[in-house]
Amino acid sequence: MTLARQRSDQIWRPSQLLIPTPAGLYCPPAEIYIDPVRPVARALITHGHSDHARAGHGAVLATRETLAIMALRYGEGFTGERQEAVLGAVTRIGEVDFRFVPAGHVLGSAQIVVESRGLRIVVSGDYKRERDPTCAGFEPVACDVFITEATFGLPVFRHPPAHLEVAKLLESVRLFPERTHIVGAYSLGKAQRVMALIREAGYERPIYTHGAMDALTAFYIAEGAVLGDIRKVASTDRKSLGGEIVICPPSAIQDLWARKFPDPVTSFASGWMRIRARARQKGVELPLIISDHADWDDLQATIREVRAGEIWVTHGEADALVHWCGTVGLKARPLHLVGYGDEGEAESTGEAASAVAG
Amino acid sequence: MNRFAWLLDRLAYEPRRNAKLALIADYLRTTPDPDRGLALAAMTGGLVFRNAKAGLIRALIAERTDPVLFALSYDYVGDLSETVALMWPGQHGANDVPHLPDVAAGLRNAGKTELPRLVASWLDALDETGRWALLKLITGSLRIGVSARLAKTAAASLGGVPADEVEQVWHGLEPPYTALFDWLEGRATRPEADDPAPFRPVMLSHPIEDGDFEKLDPAAFSAEWKWDGIRVQAVSGTRPDGTRLTRLFSRTGEDIAGAFPDLVEALTQDGALDGELLVMREGAVQSFNTLQQRLNRKTVTVKMLDEYPAHIRVYDLLADGSDDIRALPLMERRARLETFLGRLGSDRFDLSATIPFANWGELAAARADPAVAGAAADAEAVEGCMIKRRDSPYLPGRPKGYWWKWKREARLVDCVLMYAQRGHGKRSSFYSDFTFGVWRTTPDSDELVPVGKAYFGFTDEELVELDRYVRKNTQNRFGPVREVTHTIESGLVFEVAFEGLQRSTRHKSGLAMRFPRISRIRWDKPPREADRIEALEQLLPAGG
Repeated sequence: MTLARQRSDQIWRPSQLLIPTPAGLYCPPAEIYIDPVRPVARALITHGHSDHARAGHGAVLATRETLAIMALRYGEGFTGERQEAVLGAVTRIGEVDFRFVPAGHVLGSAQIVVESRGLRIVVSGDYKRERDPTCAGFEPVACDVFITEATFGLPVFRHPPAHLEVAKLLESVRLFPERTHIVGAYSLGKAQRVMALIREAGYERPIYTHGAMDALTAFYIAEGAVLGDIRKVASTDRKSLGGEIVICPPSAIQDLWARKFPDPVTSFASGWMRIRARARQKGVELPLIISDHADWDDLQATIREVRAGEIWVTHGEADALVHWCGTVGLKARPLHLVGYGDEGEAESTGEAASAVAG
Repeated sequence: MNRFAWLLDRLAYEPRRNAKLALIADYLRTTPDPDRGLALAAMTGGLVFRNAKAGLIRALIAERTDPVLFALSYDYVGDLSETVALMWPGQHGANDVPHLPDVAAGLRNAGKTELPRLVASWLDALDETGRWALLKLITGSLRIGVSARLAKTAAASLGGVPADEVEQVWHGLEPPYTALFDWLEGRATRPEADDPAPFRPVMLSHPIEDGDFEKLDPAAFSAEWKWDGIRVQAVSGTRPDGTRLTRLFSRTGEDIAGAFPDLVEALTQDGALDGELLVMREGAVQSFNTLQQRLNRKTVTVKMLDEYPAHIRVYDLLADGSDDIRALPLMERRARLETFLGRLGSDRFDLSATIPFANWGELAAARADPAVAGAAADAEAVEGCMIKRRDSPYLPGRPKGYWWKWKREARLVDCVLMYAQRGHGKRSSFYSDFTFGVWRTTPDSDELVPVGKAYFGFTDEELVELDRYVRKNTQNRFGPVREVTHTIESGLVFEVAFEGLQRSTRHKSGLAMRFPRISRIRWDKPPREADRIEALEQLLPAGG
C-alpha cells in the first residue's frame, strides 16, 4: 500500500510513459504500442490508413469506425482480439488512462490521450483543422507533451480553402465539357471528402469511381456521408464518360485504365500539389490542393493551442517544425519514426503500401 | 499580371506541345497590346532587367522569414521563385494588383534603391500564382517548358504563316512587338527589317541501333567525329547600311554572342555555319570541363578569353554569302564550306574532318579507337561518330533517314552511395542527387573516397525507392545533405556509367567524371564488392 502510494506520487518523466522504438511508440507501464508498424501483442490505432493501421496484431483498441475500416481492408481476421474505443471515454490499462478524441483526419480518426500519475501526453496521429463534412472535427486537448505529425511541416505548405479547389475542378469541367476529369484521391478519406465537397458545391451529376474504392465509399455512405449518386466505372463504357468526373486511387491516374477515357484531364487532390514539381512528376494537369493533414499555419496554431511544455514530432518535415518551436521558446524534438507517410498523403504514388516494413 | 500569371501557370502543367501552342495562341489572340507583346518577350527571353536579380529576391525574403526555415523550404521546393512565392507573407488587398506593362516598366526604369520597395509592394498585392509569375519574370528563367521557338510558332499561327517567317523578321523587332501583331493580324504589311543574321532551326540526328546497319549502304554515307562540346550556329550578315551583324545561337535559338566576342569578331564573311563550340589550346581540343568555364555567362572577362579561347569545329554551311543553301546535298554544302573557311582564313574556325571507312566494321574500329583513326590528340574529346547521308538536305528538326549518332560505349564502374541531397526541377523534394565513392586503401583500413555525383539514370519508380532508402538509412545530416550508411558490410551499390575521366583538383579523389549517371541500382551487391580507385586511375588519359 505504502509502496503503491509512493510510486503513484512519483510523476513520470515523459520518456518513461512513451518511448519511440523501431516498432512504433511504446508505452512501458501499459505494455501497448500506438500505431505500430510491426505486428505486436497489443496495439492502439489512431486511424485506418495502412501506414498506421496494420494487420497481424494480437489485440487492437480503436474507434468503431477504424475497426470497421481495418476489417474491410484486411478481412475480419486482421487481429486476434478487438476492442472498441468510445470517443471521450477512458480505457484504463495497467495504471495508464487512454482516451480517444477526434482528430479530424478521416472517418474514425482519433488522437489518443495518454495519462498517468498527473502526466498527460497527446498522440495526435495524423490530423487536420479544416472542416471536413465526412468526419468529426479535431478537438484540441491541453497536455504536457504533444506528439504531432509534420507531413506538411514547411512554411511553403499553406493549403487554400478546399471549396475553392473544388470550384477549380468544376470550372474545368465546365470549360472542357467533352473531356473526362480523372481525379486521383486516396481511397480512404480523401476520395469521400472530395465527393462530399463536390456535392456541397451544387454539382448533381453522377460521380464515377474506380472499383478499388467501392467498399470504403459504401462504408462512408452507411455512416451518413452525403455523397449523392455514386456509380462504379467498371459497369459503364469508359468511352462514354466525356464531361464526367471520375475519382480513382492516385496510382490509377497514370495507368492505361485512365487513358481509355475521352481526352482525360488528369487531376490529383493532395497537399503535395502545392509544389509544382510534385504535380509535374505525376503528370498532373489540374492540381487540387486538398489535404487531410494540417498545413504549416495549422500545425503552429495547434501547437500553441494545446499549451504543451514539450513537442515531439513523429514524421514528415520534422526539422523545420522543431526549429520553429525553438524560435518561440518551445522545447521540441524529432522522433524520426520510420514507416509512416506511406499512405494518406503518401510520399509514393502507390496505395498498396501496406506491406512496407510489415 | 493575373492573366499572364494564369498563362504561365497553365503552361507549366501542360505537357503536350500542341496544347501549349493553343494556350499561347489563345492568350495572344485575346490579350490587348502591349500586354501580349510583353508576354511574348518574356517567353522568348526578350525581357532582361538589369537591376532586378535573384539577389534582390533573396534579400527581400530574408527580411521577412526565418533563414533556417527559408533554407529548408528552398531545399525542399528546389526553385527560388516558387519558394519565395509560397513563403511570402501575403497581404491581400494591400495594394492594387499590378498590370504587366507597369511591372515591365517598373523593372526596367526603377533604380537600385527604389526597386526592392516596388517589387515588395507587388508581391504583397499578388496571390501565390501571381507572385510566382512575377518572380519568374525577374529571375529571367521561366522554366515552363516553352522554348523561344514554340512561342514564336504560336505567334505565327495568328497570321497563319510558318514560324520561319516570324524568325526572319524577329531580330528587327522590339518588345512589345506591335508591328509584328499588326502584320500577323492583317492590319499592316510585313515588317521591313529583314534580319541579316537570322537563326535557322537546326537539324538533329537519331541514335543508331545495331539493326540499322544492315539496312544502310556504307557507300551512301559520310562519317565525322562527334565532338563533346556545344552545338552552335554562327551567322554573320551585312546590314543595309553596310555594317556587319554576327550572332551565335544555341541549338534552341538563344543568342549567346555576348559571351563570345572572340568568335564574333573572327567571323568576317556573310554566311551561316553549323558546328561544335570547343575550347582549344595550342591546336588541341580541351575537355568539356574546361569549356564549361565559358558557358552560361552573359559577359566574359579578358582573362577568360585568354585562358579559354573559343573555337568552332564546323560541319555544315547553311548560308553561303546571302544564298540559303540548305536544300543542297550535304557533299555540295561541304565543298562550299571548305571554300568558305579558306576565304575566312581564321584559326577560330576549322573543318570537321571525315572518317574514311569502306564498311561499317571499319567505322566501328575507328569509333573504338579514335586516337588511331585520325582524331589523334583530340581523341579524348570524341564522344562517338556522326553518320550522315551524303545527299541529305539540311532539314529542321529530327527528320528520319538522314543523320545518325553513334556514341561511344559508356564506361561502367560499381560505386557505393555515400551522400544524398534533394534534387531540383523534376526531381524536386526527392533525395535524388547522389554522391558515390569507390574503395581506397589507407594505412589503417579501406575507406570510400567520393568520385562523383549523379542525379539521373533511374526511373520514377526507382527514384521513389531510392528516396525511401535514403530516409531509412540516414546516419548524419549536414544541412541539406544526408550521409547514408556506407560501410564494408552495409550500403547501396550503384553501377555508374560515364563518358570520360579527367584529373581534377576539386575532388578529393583527384578525378572528375564526365556525364556520370546511374546505369543500374545493385540492390543485390554488397558494398565490399564495389570497385577500387585503381580501376578508375587506369582509365585516365596518359599525362592528362
